[in-house]
Amino acid sequence: MIELHGLTKRYGDKLAVDSLSFQVPKGVVTGFLGPNGAGKSTTMRLILDLDRPTSGSVTIDAKGYGVLKEPLKYIGALLEASASHPGRTARNHLLWLAQSNRIPLHRVDEVLALVGLTEVADKKARGFSLGMHQRLGIASALLGDPEILMFDEPVNGLDPEGILWIRTLMKQLAAEGRTVFVSSHLMSEMALTAEHLVVIGKGRLLADLPMAEFIARNSRSSVRLRTPHPEQLLDALAAESIPVEPGPQGSFEVAGGDPARLGELAAARGITLHELSPQHASLEEAFMRMTADAVEYHAGPEGAAGQAEEHGTAAAPGGWGTDWRRTRKGAN
Amino acid sequence: MAMASFPAILRSEWTKIRTVRSTVWTLLLSFLVTAALGALLSLLTKNNFADFRRGALTPFDATATSFAGIMLGEIAMVVFGVLAIGNEYSSGMIRVSLAAVPQRGTLLTGKLVVIGVLALAVSLVTAFVTFFLGQALLGVHRTTLGAPNVLRAVLGAAVYLTLLCLFSAGVTAMLHNQTLALGVLVPFFFLLSPILSAVPRVKTVAHYFPDYAGRQMLTVFQEPSAPYGWLAGFFLCGAWTLAAMTGGAAVFKSRDA
Repeated sequence: MIELHGLTKRYGDKLAVDSLSFQVPKGVVTGFLGPNGAGKSTTMRLILDLDRPTSGSVTIDAKGYGVLKEPLKYIGALLEASASHPGRTARNHLLWLAQSNRIPLHRVDEVLALVGLTEVADKKARGFSLGMHQRLGIASALLGDPEILMFDEPVNGLDPEGILWIRTLMKQLAAEGRTVFVSSHLMSEMALTAEHLVVIGKGRLLADLPMAEFIARNSRSSVRLRTPHPEQLLDALAAESIPVEPGPQGSFEVAGGDPARLGELAAARGITLHELSPQHASLEEAFMRMTADAVEYHAGPEGAAGQAEEHGTAAAPGGWGTDWRRTRKGAN
Repeated sequence: MAMASFPAILRSEWTKIRTVRSTVWTLLLSFLVTAALGALLSLLTKNNFADFRRGALTPFDATATSFAGIMLGEIAMVVFGVLAIGNEYSSGMIRVSLAAVPQRGTLLTGKLVVIGVLALAVSLVTAFVTFFLGQALLGVHRTTLGAPNVLRAVLGAAVYLTLLCLFSAGVTAMLHNQTLALGVLVPFFFLLSPILSAVPRVKTVAHYFPDYAGRQMLTVFQEPSAPYGWLAGFFLCGAWTLAAMTGGAAVFKSRDA
Protein backbone atom coordinates (compact mmCIF):
# COMPACT_ATOMS: atom_id res chain seq x y z
CA MET A 1 0.00 0.00 0.00
CA ILE A 2 1.21 3.49 -0.88
CA GLU A 3 0.73 6.03 1.92
CA LEU A 4 1.35 9.76 1.70
CA HIS A 5 1.80 11.69 4.91
CA GLY A 6 1.58 15.47 4.61
CA LEU A 7 3.58 15.36 1.39
CA THR A 8 4.71 18.81 0.31
CA LYS A 9 6.93 19.90 -2.58
CA ARG A 10 7.94 23.44 -3.31
CA TYR A 11 9.84 24.55 -6.43
CA GLY A 12 11.14 28.01 -5.69
CA ASP A 13 8.06 29.90 -4.55
CA LYS A 14 5.62 27.61 -6.32
CA LEU A 15 3.88 25.05 -4.17
CA ALA A 16 3.44 22.05 -6.48
CA VAL A 17 2.20 19.60 -3.86
CA ASP A 18 0.57 20.93 -0.72
CA SER A 19 0.44 18.65 2.35
CA LEU A 20 -1.12 15.69 0.57
CA SER A 21 -2.19 12.79 2.74
CA PHE A 22 -3.98 9.76 1.36
CA GLN A 23 -3.63 6.03 0.91
CA VAL A 24 -3.78 4.07 -2.29
CA PRO A 25 -5.91 1.03 -1.43
CA LYS A 26 -4.63 -2.45 -2.24
CA GLY A 27 -5.93 -4.56 -5.08
CA VAL A 28 -8.01 -1.99 -6.95
CA VAL A 29 -7.56 0.64 -9.63
CA THR A 30 -7.28 4.06 -8.02
CA GLY A 31 -7.76 7.02 -10.31
CA PHE A 32 -5.59 10.02 -9.52
CA LEU A 33 -7.38 12.97 -10.99
CA GLY A 34 -6.63 16.61 -11.40
CA PRO A 35 -6.39 19.22 -14.13
CA ASN A 36 -3.08 19.57 -15.96
CA GLY A 37 -0.52 20.99 -13.59
CA ALA A 38 -2.41 19.96 -10.44
CA GLY A 39 0.69 18.17 -9.15
CA LYS A 40 -0.06 14.59 -10.22
CA SER A 41 3.27 13.93 -11.93
CA THR A 42 5.18 15.62 -9.11
CA THR A 43 3.38 13.42 -6.59
CA MET A 44 4.35 10.34 -8.57
CA ARG A 45 7.98 11.44 -8.77
CA LEU A 46 7.93 11.99 -5.02
CA ILE A 47 6.54 8.50 -4.48
CA LEU A 48 9.48 7.09 -6.47
CA ASP A 49 11.97 9.26 -4.55
CA LEU A 50 13.04 10.92 -7.80
CA ASP A 51 12.24 14.30 -6.34
CA ARG A 52 12.81 14.96 -2.66
CA PRO A 53 9.84 16.26 -0.65
CA THR A 54 10.10 19.67 0.99
CA SER A 55 8.29 18.08 3.92
CA GLY A 56 6.19 15.02 4.64
CA SER A 57 6.89 11.50 3.44
CA VAL A 58 5.75 8.59 1.31
CA THR A 59 5.88 4.94 2.27
CA ILE A 60 5.36 1.83 0.22
CA ASP A 61 4.36 -1.10 2.43
CA ALA A 62 5.62 1.02 5.35
CA LYS A 63 9.06 1.53 3.77
CA GLY A 64 10.55 4.51 1.97
CA TYR A 65 11.24 3.94 -1.73
CA GLY A 66 14.92 4.73 -1.21
CA VAL A 67 15.47 1.68 0.99
CA LEU A 68 13.66 -0.80 -1.25
CA LYS A 69 16.02 -3.49 -2.43
CA GLU A 70 15.23 -4.29 -6.06
CA PRO A 71 12.19 -1.97 -6.13
CA LEU A 72 10.98 -3.07 -9.56
CA LYS A 73 9.71 -6.22 -7.86
CA TYR A 74 7.46 -4.11 -5.60
CA ILE A 75 6.34 -1.27 -7.77
CA GLY A 76 6.46 -0.67 -11.50
CA ALA A 77 5.98 2.80 -12.88
CA LEU A 78 5.31 4.44 -16.22
CA LEU A 79 6.20 8.09 -15.82
CA GLU A 80 6.77 9.41 -19.31
CA ALA A 81 6.55 7.76 -22.66
CA SER A 82 9.99 8.09 -24.21
CA ALA A 83 12.30 7.44 -21.28
CA SER A 84 14.52 5.07 -23.22
CA HIS A 85 17.72 5.84 -25.12
CA PRO A 86 16.84 6.39 -28.79
CA GLY A 87 19.82 4.32 -29.90
CA ARG A 88 18.97 1.26 -27.83
CA THR A 89 16.61 -1.54 -28.83
CA ALA A 90 13.46 -2.31 -26.86
CA ARG A 91 14.88 -5.68 -25.81
CA ASN A 92 18.15 -4.19 -24.57
CA HIS A 93 16.27 -1.49 -22.67
CA LEU A 94 14.36 -4.17 -20.80
CA LEU A 95 17.52 -6.26 -20.45
CA TRP A 96 19.46 -3.67 -18.43
CA LEU A 97 16.40 -3.00 -16.31
CA ALA A 98 15.98 -6.70 -15.58
CA GLN A 99 19.67 -7.10 -14.74
CA SER A 100 19.65 -4.16 -12.34
CA ASN A 101 16.96 -5.81 -10.19
CA ARG A 102 17.99 -9.44 -10.78
CA ILE A 103 14.75 -10.19 -12.57
CA PRO A 104 14.85 -13.49 -14.50
CA LEU A 105 15.73 -12.66 -18.11
CA HIS A 106 12.86 -14.70 -19.56
CA ARG A 107 10.61 -11.93 -18.25
CA VAL A 108 11.99 -9.65 -20.99
CA ASP A 109 10.41 -11.72 -23.76
CA GLU A 110 7.27 -12.26 -21.67
CA VAL A 111 6.55 -8.57 -21.19
CA LEU A 112 7.46 -7.79 -24.81
CA ALA A 113 4.80 -10.28 -25.87
CA LEU A 114 2.35 -8.96 -23.29
CA VAL A 115 2.50 -5.41 -24.67
CA GLY A 116 2.68 -6.55 -28.27
CA LEU A 117 6.21 -5.38 -29.06
CA THR A 118 7.76 -8.76 -29.90
CA GLU A 119 8.06 -7.93 -33.58
CA VAL A 120 9.95 -4.69 -32.98
CA ALA A 121 11.96 -5.97 -29.99
CA ASP A 122 15.24 -5.55 -31.85
CA LYS A 123 14.42 -2.18 -33.38
CA LYS A 124 15.89 0.97 -31.89
CA ALA A 125 13.53 3.11 -29.83
CA ARG A 126 14.34 6.07 -32.12
CA GLY A 127 11.83 4.83 -34.68
CA PHE A 128 9.02 4.15 -32.22
CA SER A 129 5.66 5.90 -32.33
CA LEU A 130 4.23 7.45 -29.18
CA GLY A 131 2.05 4.39 -28.74
CA MET A 132 5.05 2.05 -29.00
CA HIS A 133 6.99 4.15 -26.49
CA GLN A 134 4.01 3.94 -24.18
CA ARG A 135 3.91 0.16 -24.57
CA LEU A 136 7.64 -0.10 -23.89
CA GLY A 137 7.17 1.99 -20.75
CA ILE A 138 4.38 -0.31 -19.62
CA ALA A 139 6.55 -3.34 -20.37
CA SER A 140 9.23 -1.81 -18.11
CA ALA A 141 6.67 -1.32 -15.36
CA LEU A 142 5.45 -4.93 -15.61
CA LEU A 143 8.96 -6.43 -15.87
CA GLY A 144 9.42 -7.21 -12.18
CA ASP A 145 5.91 -8.64 -11.83
CA PRO A 146 5.19 -6.02 -9.12
CA GLU A 147 2.27 -5.86 -6.71
CA ILE A 148 1.86 -2.14 -7.29
CA LEU A 149 1.68 -0.37 -10.63
CA MET A 150 1.75 3.33 -11.21
CA PHE A 151 0.89 4.94 -14.55
CA ASP A 152 1.12 8.65 -15.26
CA GLU A 153 -1.42 9.66 -17.92
CA PRO A 154 -1.05 6.36 -19.78
CA VAL A 155 -3.65 7.15 -22.46
CA ASN A 156 -2.16 10.50 -23.43
CA GLY A 157 -1.62 10.69 -27.14
CA LEU A 158 -2.86 7.17 -27.82
CA ASP A 159 -5.25 6.18 -30.57
CA PRO A 160 -8.64 4.66 -29.63
CA GLU A 161 -7.28 1.14 -29.98
CA GLY A 162 -4.39 1.92 -27.64
CA ILE A 163 -6.73 3.55 -25.13
CA LEU A 164 -8.95 0.48 -25.09
CA TRP A 165 -5.90 -1.74 -24.65
CA ILE A 166 -4.70 0.24 -21.61
CA ARG A 167 -8.17 0.25 -20.06
CA THR A 168 -8.42 -3.51 -20.41
CA LEU A 169 -4.90 -3.99 -19.10
CA MET A 170 -5.53 -1.93 -15.96
CA LYS A 171 -8.71 -3.82 -15.17
CA GLN A 172 -6.93 -7.11 -15.74
CA LEU A 173 -4.06 -6.10 -13.45
CA ALA A 174 -6.49 -5.17 -10.68
CA ALA A 175 -8.38 -8.42 -11.25
CA GLU A 176 -5.09 -10.22 -10.57
CA GLY A 177 -5.12 -8.53 -7.17
CA ARG A 178 -2.59 -5.81 -7.98
CA THR A 179 -2.76 -2.23 -6.83
CA VAL A 180 -3.04 0.15 -9.76
CA PHE A 181 -2.53 3.88 -9.28
CA VAL A 182 -3.22 5.77 -12.46
CA SER A 183 -3.30 9.49 -13.10
CA SER A 184 -5.49 11.25 -15.61
CA HIS A 185 -7.00 14.63 -16.27
CA LEU A 186 -10.11 13.03 -17.77
CA MET A 187 -12.92 12.05 -15.42
CA SER A 188 -14.68 10.09 -18.18
CA GLU A 189 -11.59 7.89 -18.56
CA MET A 190 -11.41 7.19 -14.83
CA ALA A 191 -15.13 6.49 -14.52
CA LEU A 192 -14.57 3.51 -16.80
CA THR A 193 -11.62 1.97 -15.01
CA ALA A 194 -11.18 3.18 -11.44
CA GLU A 195 -12.82 1.83 -8.33
CA HIS A 196 -11.36 4.45 -6.07
CA LEU A 197 -10.80 8.10 -6.72
CA VAL A 198 -8.30 10.66 -5.45
CA VAL A 199 -8.78 14.18 -6.79
CA ILE A 200 -6.26 16.97 -6.39
CA GLY A 201 -6.21 20.56 -7.55
CA LYS A 202 -3.31 22.97 -7.16
CA GLY A 203 -1.46 20.33 -5.20
CA ARG A 204 -4.19 19.94 -2.59
CA LEU A 205 -6.38 16.97 -1.85
CA LEU A 206 -9.96 17.68 -2.98
CA ALA A 207 -11.54 14.24 -2.71
CA ASP A 208 -10.62 10.71 -1.66
CA LEU A 209 -13.56 8.35 -2.01
CA PRO A 210 -14.81 5.21 -3.75
CA MET A 211 -15.82 5.82 -7.36
CA ALA A 212 -19.32 4.43 -6.71
CA GLU A 213 -19.85 7.06 -4.06
CA PHE A 214 -18.64 9.82 -6.34
CA ILE A 215 -21.01 8.67 -9.07
CA ALA A 216 -23.96 8.34 -6.67
CA ARG A 217 -23.27 11.79 -5.34
CA ASN A 218 -22.77 13.49 -8.66
CA SER A 219 -24.71 11.75 -11.38
CA ARG A 220 -28.28 12.41 -10.21
CA SER A 221 -30.61 12.32 -13.17
CA SER A 222 -33.78 14.36 -13.58
CA VAL A 223 -36.55 14.91 -16.08
CA ARG A 224 -37.12 18.33 -17.59
CA LEU A 225 -40.67 19.36 -18.45
CA ARG A 226 -41.84 22.39 -20.41
CA THR A 227 -45.43 23.33 -20.96
CA PRO A 228 -47.57 26.33 -22.02
CA HIS A 229 -49.85 25.51 -19.04
CA PRO A 230 -47.61 25.53 -15.99
CA GLU A 231 -50.42 25.79 -13.42
CA GLN A 232 -52.12 22.64 -14.67
CA LEU A 233 -48.85 20.78 -14.69
CA LEU A 234 -47.94 21.84 -11.15
CA ASP A 235 -51.41 20.82 -9.95
CA ALA A 236 -51.06 17.43 -11.58
CA LEU A 237 -47.64 16.86 -10.02
CA ALA A 238 -48.85 18.05 -6.62
CA ALA A 239 -51.81 15.67 -6.82
CA GLU A 240 -49.37 12.78 -7.25
CA SER A 241 -47.07 14.35 -4.64
CA ILE A 242 -44.12 14.47 -7.03
CA PRO A 243 -41.64 17.14 -5.91
CA VAL A 244 -40.69 19.60 -8.62
CA GLU A 245 -38.13 22.34 -8.97
CA PRO A 246 -38.01 25.24 -11.39
CA GLY A 247 -35.60 24.61 -14.25
CA PRO A 248 -34.00 26.96 -16.77
CA GLN A 249 -36.15 29.13 -19.08
CA GLY A 250 -39.50 28.48 -17.41
CA SER A 251 -39.11 24.72 -17.41
CA PHE A 252 -39.59 22.37 -14.47
CA GLU A 253 -37.34 19.58 -13.28
CA VAL A 254 -38.31 16.44 -11.47
CA ALA A 255 -35.33 14.87 -9.74
CA GLY A 256 -35.06 11.13 -10.24
CA GLY A 257 -38.31 11.17 -12.26
CA ASP A 258 -39.41 8.53 -14.75
CA PRO A 259 -40.10 10.15 -18.15
CA ALA A 260 -42.69 7.50 -19.11
CA ARG A 261 -44.73 8.03 -15.96
CA LEU A 262 -44.59 11.82 -16.24
CA GLY A 263 -45.62 11.69 -19.89
CA GLU A 264 -48.60 9.45 -19.11
CA LEU A 265 -49.61 11.74 -16.24
CA ALA A 266 -49.64 14.78 -18.54
CA ALA A 267 -51.56 12.90 -21.24
CA ALA A 268 -54.18 11.69 -18.74
CA ARG A 269 -54.91 15.31 -17.81
CA GLY A 270 -54.68 16.60 -21.36
CA ILE A 271 -51.72 18.87 -20.62
CA THR A 272 -49.68 19.88 -23.66
CA LEU A 273 -45.95 19.28 -23.20
CA HIS A 274 -43.31 21.08 -25.25
CA GLU A 275 -40.46 19.20 -23.68
CA LEU A 276 -40.08 15.94 -21.82
CA SER A 277 -36.37 15.13 -21.58
CA PRO A 278 -34.20 13.07 -19.24
CA GLN A 279 -31.22 15.05 -17.90
CA HIS A 280 -27.92 13.52 -16.73
CA ALA A 281 -25.32 15.52 -14.87
CA SER A 282 -22.02 14.31 -16.31
CA LEU A 283 -19.17 13.19 -14.09
CA GLU A 284 -16.90 15.45 -16.07
CA GLU A 285 -18.99 18.43 -14.98
CA ALA A 286 -18.93 17.29 -11.38
CA PHE A 287 -15.14 16.95 -11.57
CA MET A 288 -14.76 20.37 -13.13
CA ARG A 289 -16.98 21.94 -10.50
CA MET A 290 -14.85 20.33 -7.83
CA THR A 291 -11.54 21.56 -9.26
CA ALA A 292 -12.92 24.97 -10.19
CA ASP A 293 -13.60 25.53 -6.49
CA ALA A 294 -9.95 24.84 -5.83
CA VAL A 295 -9.03 27.45 -8.41
CA GLU A 296 -11.29 29.98 -6.76
CA TYR A 297 -10.03 29.14 -3.32
CA HIS A 298 -6.43 29.72 -4.32
CA ALA A 299 -6.83 32.56 -6.77
CA GLY A 300 -8.50 34.65 -4.09
CA PRO A 301 -9.92 38.04 -5.00
CA GLU A 302 -8.38 38.32 -8.46
CA GLY A 303 -11.73 37.46 -9.99
CA ALA A 304 -10.87 35.25 -12.94
CA ALA A 305 -11.76 32.13 -11.05
CA GLY A 306 -15.20 33.42 -10.04
CA GLN A 307 -16.29 33.15 -13.63
CA ALA A 308 -14.89 29.67 -13.88
CA GLU A 309 -17.33 28.50 -11.26
CA GLU A 310 -20.30 29.88 -13.16
CA HIS A 311 -19.40 28.64 -16.59
CA GLY A 312 -17.52 25.45 -15.94
CA THR A 313 -13.74 25.51 -16.01
CA ALA A 314 -12.95 25.41 -19.69
CA ALA A 315 -10.69 28.42 -19.51
CA ALA A 316 -9.35 28.38 -16.00
CA PRO A 317 -7.47 25.07 -15.57
CA GLY A 318 -5.33 25.66 -18.65
CA GLY A 319 -4.10 28.85 -17.06
CA TRP A 320 -3.24 27.82 -13.58
CA GLY A 321 -0.75 25.10 -12.94
CA THR A 322 1.02 25.67 -16.22
CA ASP A 323 2.98 28.31 -14.38
CA TRP A 324 5.03 26.15 -12.10
CA ARG A 325 5.66 23.68 -14.87
CA ARG A 326 7.20 26.42 -16.88
CA THR A 327 9.47 27.43 -14.03
CA ARG A 328 10.46 23.84 -13.56
CA LYS A 329 11.35 23.42 -17.19
CA GLY A 330 13.37 26.58 -16.90
CA ALA A 331 15.26 25.08 -13.98
CA ASN A 332 16.21 22.08 -16.05
CA MET B 1 19.80 -0.37 5.02
CA ALA B 2 18.87 -2.74 2.28
CA MET B 3 21.12 -2.35 -0.72
CA ALA B 4 20.73 -3.28 -4.30
CA SER B 5 23.14 -5.97 -5.42
CA PHE B 6 26.31 -4.29 -6.67
CA PRO B 7 27.25 -7.01 -9.19
CA ALA B 8 23.72 -6.70 -10.61
CA ILE B 9 24.23 -2.95 -11.02
CA LEU B 10 27.58 -3.52 -12.74
CA ARG B 11 26.01 -6.04 -15.13
CA SER B 12 23.18 -3.63 -15.89
CA GLU B 13 25.51 -0.67 -16.45
CA TRP B 14 27.69 -2.77 -18.73
CA THR B 15 24.62 -3.63 -20.81
CA LYS B 16 23.72 0.06 -21.00
CA ILE B 17 27.15 0.98 -22.35
CA ARG B 18 27.60 -1.81 -24.85
CA THR B 19 24.09 -1.49 -26.34
CA VAL B 20 24.44 2.10 -27.56
CA ARG B 21 26.59 2.18 -30.65
CA SER B 22 27.55 5.86 -30.58
CA THR B 23 29.15 5.42 -27.16
CA VAL B 24 31.20 2.44 -28.27
CA TRP B 25 32.35 4.28 -31.40
CA THR B 26 33.95 7.05 -29.37
CA LEU B 27 36.21 4.43 -27.75
CA LEU B 28 37.16 2.99 -31.12
CA LEU B 29 37.80 6.50 -32.42
CA SER B 30 40.08 7.26 -29.48
CA PHE B 31 42.13 4.17 -30.28
CA LEU B 32 42.31 4.85 -34.01
CA VAL B 33 43.19 8.54 -33.72
CA THR B 34 45.86 8.02 -31.06
CA ALA B 35 47.52 5.14 -32.91
CA ALA B 36 47.27 6.55 -36.44
CA LEU B 37 48.41 10.06 -35.56
CA GLY B 38 51.24 8.68 -33.43
CA ALA B 39 52.34 6.47 -36.32
CA LEU B 40 52.25 9.37 -38.74
CA LEU B 41 54.30 11.65 -36.49
CA SER B 42 56.78 8.85 -35.74
CA LEU B 43 57.31 8.36 -39.46
CA LEU B 44 57.71 12.09 -40.03
CA THR B 45 60.20 12.30 -37.18
CA LYS B 46 62.28 9.44 -38.57
CA ASN B 47 62.38 11.00 -42.04
CA ASN B 48 63.23 14.49 -40.76
CA PHE B 49 65.13 13.53 -37.65
CA ALA B 50 68.00 16.03 -38.02
CA ASP B 51 65.62 18.96 -38.69
CA PHE B 52 63.32 18.07 -35.81
CA ARG B 53 66.12 17.67 -33.32
CA ARG B 54 68.12 20.80 -34.18
CA GLY B 55 68.78 22.75 -30.98
CA ALA B 56 67.03 20.21 -28.73
CA LEU B 57 68.09 20.39 -25.09
CA THR B 58 66.73 17.06 -23.87
CA PRO B 59 67.50 13.58 -25.14
CA PHE B 60 65.15 12.33 -27.89
CA ASP B 61 61.98 10.86 -26.31
CA ALA B 62 60.94 8.10 -28.66
CA THR B 63 58.06 7.10 -26.37
CA ALA B 64 56.53 10.57 -26.20
CA THR B 65 56.92 10.90 -29.98
CA SER B 66 54.83 7.79 -30.58
CA PHE B 67 52.17 9.23 -28.26
CA ALA B 68 51.94 12.58 -30.07
CA GLY B 69 48.46 11.64 -31.32
CA ILE B 70 47.06 11.47 -27.81
CA MET B 71 46.28 15.20 -27.96
CA LEU B 72 43.43 14.34 -30.33
CA GLY B 73 42.68 10.82 -29.17
CA GLU B 74 41.95 12.10 -25.67
CA ILE B 75 39.11 14.25 -27.03
CA ALA B 76 37.28 11.09 -28.13
CA MET B 77 37.89 9.63 -24.67
CA VAL B 78 36.46 12.78 -23.07
CA VAL B 79 33.39 12.47 -25.31
CA PHE B 80 33.01 8.86 -24.23
CA GLY B 81 33.05 9.89 -20.57
CA VAL B 82 30.42 12.55 -21.23
CA LEU B 83 28.13 10.31 -23.29
CA ALA B 84 28.30 7.40 -20.87
CA ILE B 85 26.82 9.58 -18.11
CA GLY B 86 25.08 12.28 -20.12
CA ASN B 87 22.88 10.22 -22.44
CA GLU B 88 20.71 9.29 -19.47
CA TYR B 89 19.91 12.95 -18.96
CA SER B 90 19.31 13.73 -22.62
CA SER B 91 16.89 10.81 -23.01
CA GLY B 92 15.07 11.18 -19.67
CA MET B 93 16.18 7.64 -18.89
CA ILE B 94 17.76 8.81 -15.64
CA ARG B 95 14.34 8.56 -13.96
CA VAL B 96 13.96 4.96 -15.05
CA SER B 97 17.47 4.20 -13.79
CA LEU B 98 16.83 5.81 -10.42
CA ALA B 99 13.46 4.11 -10.07
CA ALA B 100 15.27 0.80 -10.64
CA VAL B 101 18.18 1.65 -8.33
CA PRO B 102 17.16 4.34 -5.84
CA GLN B 103 20.48 4.07 -3.97
CA ARG B 104 22.02 6.90 -5.94
CA GLY B 105 25.55 6.69 -4.60
CA THR B 106 25.68 2.98 -5.42
CA LEU B 107 24.27 3.57 -8.89
CA LEU B 108 26.81 6.29 -9.74
CA THR B 109 29.65 4.20 -8.31
CA GLY B 110 28.55 1.29 -10.50
CA LYS B 111 28.46 3.54 -13.54
CA LEU B 112 31.92 4.97 -12.86
CA VAL B 113 33.41 1.53 -12.23
CA VAL B 114 32.09 0.22 -15.55
CA ILE B 115 33.13 3.39 -17.42
CA GLY B 116 36.57 3.34 -15.77
CA VAL B 117 37.26 -0.35 -16.38
CA LEU B 118 36.17 -0.13 -20.00
CA ALA B 119 38.17 3.05 -20.58
CA LEU B 120 41.23 1.47 -18.94
CA ALA B 121 40.95 -1.68 -21.06
CA VAL B 122 40.68 0.30 -24.28
CA SER B 123 43.40 2.71 -23.17
CA LEU B 124 45.83 -0.13 -22.38
CA VAL B 125 45.34 -1.59 -25.85
CA THR B 126 45.66 1.89 -27.34
CA ALA B 127 48.83 2.63 -25.38
CA PHE B 128 50.68 -0.57 -26.27
CA VAL B 129 49.59 -0.67 -29.91
CA THR B 130 50.47 3.01 -30.31
CA PHE B 131 53.85 2.48 -28.67
CA PHE B 132 54.89 -0.54 -30.73
CA LEU B 133 53.58 0.94 -33.96
CA GLY B 134 55.39 4.21 -33.32
CA GLN B 135 58.66 2.47 -32.41
CA ALA B 136 58.51 0.30 -35.50
CA LEU B 137 58.20 3.42 -37.65
CA LEU B 138 60.92 5.34 -35.80
CA GLY B 139 63.48 2.87 -37.11
CA VAL B 140 66.91 3.39 -35.61
CA HIS B 141 65.64 6.03 -33.22
CA ARG B 142 63.31 3.63 -31.46
CA THR B 143 63.33 2.65 -27.84
CA THR B 144 62.17 -0.52 -26.08
CA LEU B 145 59.87 -1.32 -23.19
CA GLY B 146 62.92 -2.45 -21.24
CA ALA B 147 64.60 0.96 -21.36
CA PRO B 148 64.40 3.03 -18.16
CA ASN B 149 60.98 4.65 -17.56
CA VAL B 150 59.52 3.50 -20.88
CA LEU B 151 57.09 0.91 -19.51
CA ARG B 152 55.99 3.44 -16.91
CA ALA B 153 55.34 6.00 -19.68
CA VAL B 154 53.30 3.52 -21.75
CA LEU B 155 51.22 2.55 -18.74
CA GLY B 156 51.06 6.26 -17.91
CA ALA B 157 49.43 6.94 -21.29
CA ALA B 158 46.70 4.40 -20.49
CA VAL B 159 46.16 5.82 -16.99
CA TYR B 160 46.10 9.34 -18.42
CA LEU B 161 43.30 8.54 -20.89
CA THR B 162 41.33 6.70 -18.21
CA LEU B 163 41.58 9.54 -15.70
CA LEU B 164 40.55 12.09 -18.31
CA CYS B 165 37.52 9.96 -19.15
CA LEU B 166 36.49 9.66 -15.49
CA PHE B 167 37.10 13.37 -14.96
CA SER B 168 34.70 14.11 -17.83
CA ALA B 169 32.15 11.64 -16.47
CA GLY B 170 32.30 13.36 -13.08
CA VAL B 171 31.90 16.82 -14.58
CA THR B 172 28.91 15.57 -16.60
CA ALA B 173 27.25 14.26 -13.43
CA MET B 174 27.85 17.67 -11.87
CA LEU B 175 26.31 19.52 -14.82
CA HIS B 176 23.59 16.84 -15.32
CA ASN B 177 23.33 17.88 -18.94
CA GLN B 178 25.06 16.15 -21.84
CA THR B 179 25.11 19.06 -24.29
CA LEU B 180 26.40 21.45 -21.68
CA ALA B 181 29.11 18.99 -20.60
CA LEU B 182 30.28 18.50 -24.21
CA GLY B 183 30.19 22.25 -24.75
CA VAL B 184 32.39 22.86 -21.73
CA LEU B 185 34.82 19.95 -21.84
CA VAL B 186 35.63 19.56 -25.53
CA PRO B 187 36.62 23.20 -26.12
CA PHE B 188 38.51 23.16 -22.84
CA PHE B 189 40.67 20.16 -23.70
CA PHE B 190 40.85 20.81 -27.42
CA LEU B 191 41.58 24.54 -27.43
CA LEU B 192 41.68 26.35 -24.15
CA SER B 193 44.14 24.24 -22.21
CA PRO B 194 46.69 23.79 -25.07
CA ILE B 195 46.56 27.50 -25.90
CA LEU B 196 46.81 28.68 -22.31
CA SER B 197 49.73 26.38 -21.57
CA ALA B 198 51.67 28.12 -24.36
CA VAL B 199 50.95 31.68 -23.23
CA PRO B 200 53.64 33.20 -21.03
CA ARG B 201 52.64 33.69 -17.39
CA VAL B 202 49.17 32.19 -17.90
CA LYS B 203 50.89 28.92 -18.52
CA THR B 204 52.04 28.64 -14.94
CA VAL B 205 48.32 28.24 -14.11
CA ALA B 206 47.61 26.05 -17.14
CA HIS B 207 50.39 23.74 -15.98
CA TYR B 208 48.11 22.64 -13.16
CA PHE B 209 45.18 21.69 -15.42
CA PRO B 210 44.31 17.98 -15.43
CA ASP B 211 45.42 17.32 -19.00
CA TYR B 212 48.82 19.02 -18.72
CA ALA B 213 49.45 17.34 -15.37
CA GLY B 214 48.39 13.92 -16.64
CA ARG B 215 50.50 14.15 -19.76
CA GLN B 216 53.65 14.29 -17.63
CA MET B 217 53.00 10.59 -16.96
CA LEU B 218 53.87 9.64 -20.52
CA THR B 219 57.17 11.46 -20.86
CA VAL B 220 60.35 9.49 -20.37
CA PHE B 221 62.54 12.58 -20.13
CA GLN B 222 61.05 15.46 -18.22
CA GLU B 223 60.85 18.65 -20.28
CA PRO B 224 62.90 21.53 -18.87
CA SER B 225 59.80 23.76 -18.84
CA ALA B 226 57.74 21.29 -16.81
CA PRO B 227 57.40 22.43 -13.19
CA TYR B 228 57.09 18.89 -11.82
CA GLY B 229 57.71 15.24 -12.72
CA TRP B 230 55.50 12.34 -13.78
CA LEU B 231 54.55 11.19 -10.28
CA ALA B 232 53.36 14.65 -9.25
CA GLY B 233 51.52 14.80 -12.58
CA PHE B 234 49.77 11.54 -11.76
CA PHE B 235 48.67 12.74 -8.33
CA LEU B 236 47.53 16.10 -9.66
CA CYS B 237 45.50 14.56 -12.50
CA GLY B 238 44.15 11.97 -10.07
CA ALA B 239 43.12 14.69 -7.63
CA TRP B 240 41.23 16.53 -10.37
CA THR B 241 39.47 13.31 -11.30
CA LEU B 242 38.59 12.47 -7.72
CA ALA B 243 37.27 15.99 -7.18
CA ALA B 244 35.11 15.82 -10.33
CA MET B 245 33.69 12.42 -9.34
CA THR B 246 33.02 13.55 -5.76
CA GLY B 247 31.34 16.71 -6.98
CA GLY B 248 29.33 14.68 -9.46
CA ALA B 249 28.23 12.29 -6.72
CA ALA B 250 27.20 15.16 -4.45
CA VAL B 251 25.01 16.69 -7.16
CA PHE B 252 23.68 13.30 -8.26
CA LYS B 253 22.62 12.41 -4.72
CA SER B 254 20.97 15.67 -3.81
CA ARG B 255 19.29 16.78 -6.97
CA ASP B 256 15.69 16.15 -8.07
CA ALA B 257 15.79 13.87 -11.09
